[in-house]
Amino acid sequence: MQELLRRYGISLSVIMVAMTAFWLLALVVIPNLVLFKFSFRLYLPVDQLGGPNDVYTLKNYATFFESPIHINVFFSTILYSSFVTAICLAITYPLAYILAKVLKSTDTATFFLVLLVPLWVSEILRSFAWFIILSMQGPLNAVLLGIGIIDKPIRWITGFQSVIVGLVYAYILFMLFPIYNAISALDTNQIEASEDLGASMWRTHWRVIIPHSKPGIASGCVMVFMLCAGSVIVPTTLASTNSRWFTEIIQQWMFEGLDWNTGSAYAFLLLALCIIFVSLVMRILNVRLVDIAK
Amino acid sequence: MTSTTFSKIVIRVYLGLFVAYMLLPLIIMGGAGLNNSRFPSVYPWVGFTDRWFIDLWTDERMWGAVRNTTWVALAVVAISVPIGTAAAILLNSVKPRARSFLYGFMVAPILTPGAVIGISTLLFWNTFHVPAGLYLSVMGQVSFVAAYVMLLVLARLQTFDPGLEEAALDLGASHGQVVRRILVPHLYPAIGAGAIIAFFQSVENFNVTLFTRGNSDTLTVYVGSKIRSGITPTINAFALVLIIFTVICAIIYEILRRRAERRAAELAATAAAAELM
Repeated sequence: MQELLRRYGISLSVIMVAMTAFWLLALVVIPNLVLFKFSFRLYLPVDQLGGPNDVYTLKNYATFFESPIHINVFFSTILYSSFVTAICLAITYPLAYILAKVLKSTDTATFFLVLLVPLWVSEILRSFAWFIILSMQGPLNAVLLGIGIIDKPIRWITGFQSVIVGLVYAYILFMLFPIYNAISALDTNQIEASEDLGASMWRTHWRVIIPHSKPGIASGCVMVFMLCAGSVIVPTTLASTNSRWFTEIIQQWMFEGLDWNTGSAYAFLLLALCIIFVSLVMRILNVRLVDIAK
Repeated sequence: MTSTTFSKIVIRVYLGLFVAYMLLPLIIMGGAGLNNSRFPSVYPWVGFTDRWFIDLWTDERMWGAVRNTTWVALAVVAISVPIGTAAAILLNSVKPRARSFLYGFMVAPILTPGAVIGISTLLFWNTFHVPAGLYLSVMGQVSFVAAYVMLLVLARLQTFDPGLEEAALDLGASHGQVVRRILVPHLYPAIGAGAIIAFFQSVENFNVTLFTRGNSDTLTVYVGSKIRSGITPTINAFALVLIIFTVICAIIYEILRRRAERRAAELAATAAAAELM
């Protein structure tokens, strides 16, 4: 703090501290505390607010734990988000390695320039693109029918399969970039040393490259899992009645039930899930928060 | 020898497949906006048409959404860039323990699902009787966009030599002059990139906006409601326009980035040459 004052003087320091404080308090910390508090209050008609029924209670959370359907949706959201995270990791790790260590750096730059476009097109359009591809009269069925692999159109948009396809497409780049950054920070001499000392390709990856790229892997996994579990638009576009997502239930409470209290309890459960996932990944891969968010 | 040729081919195929995987869906979606078929599809190709663009052009609701989105995005840039920059500078001049504590709070919004940010923003401002609306969407978006700006500026600050500030202060510059003439010019590339990313994050945002917008439309909400209620190829026409806009912005961003890189390389070369002399 003294250093700040010494470097920038009193008035500039006050302005910078005030701006940061506004951000962290009014936009981040207190809103979440309000959310937490709301989740323990009941949804009451206006005339009962402040009355004897306006108390702190666990009832909103009980609503969740007493509903097998909601619990089921919650756990399928976790299951399929983890699955999507694993697929993204499996596809992008070799890709990140190739881009960082095999390709010439000018080729890699061109490659990333091409990827900027799908990265910056909004996720709503990315999932809509798959809605078109997977629809009954869509190009995928047309191609498969044309080649003769299938003889009548397949309904692709059913169950979780279409949601998985959409989620992988929407979020895979959030896995690629952090892993690429981590691998490209590794000194190529270390890889060559490992090879010169007789390690096989697999062993070099397992003992040298993967340990080095752990922060990137952690960062990618956390981002992709969080984006999947919290995704609203991909499930809305690509899910069907037999595949519901936890965010859809939150939306139901907020917009259809207009019960913001139960809605905030459910939103808090989603937040808790993400916090647990982040700490789990940090524990398993033994990385710090500073490594994850770069 | 054959094994390296083989692995080269495998690598090329893998890269090619990935690029195709990332781009083909966008091409199919955009292409459907030019097809004269009632359902958005590129196959069967009925014929080239511009009717979906005309439909889009005459859609009043879409223009309202464009105005709202632009307004929100500019507000998000105007608020989150100064906040993120101030936070990074602050973080760079506090003690390590305070630094990691503050850092945790600053990156938390990036790791929080948008739905949670949206709902908590809605509830928080509601306690002050601020109704849902685009103002709240701005507040909600700033909470995580400022974190991206902070990370970009913080990375740039690592290459800043605090000795320059010291020298300026010793030579009698005021604190305001130091910031205006030395610190901020060094941060320009990060601030510029931060502004572009902030703008895009805001335009793209769906989750936070959905819970905070009230009755106002933004572009993503407009597209979302179109997808839910009767799909027509006007959305594809819209997607094509947006993709072209994105390509243009990506090119501008890349040119700016390369120019900044080249300037840095030139500076480094000059410095190296000066050292040799």
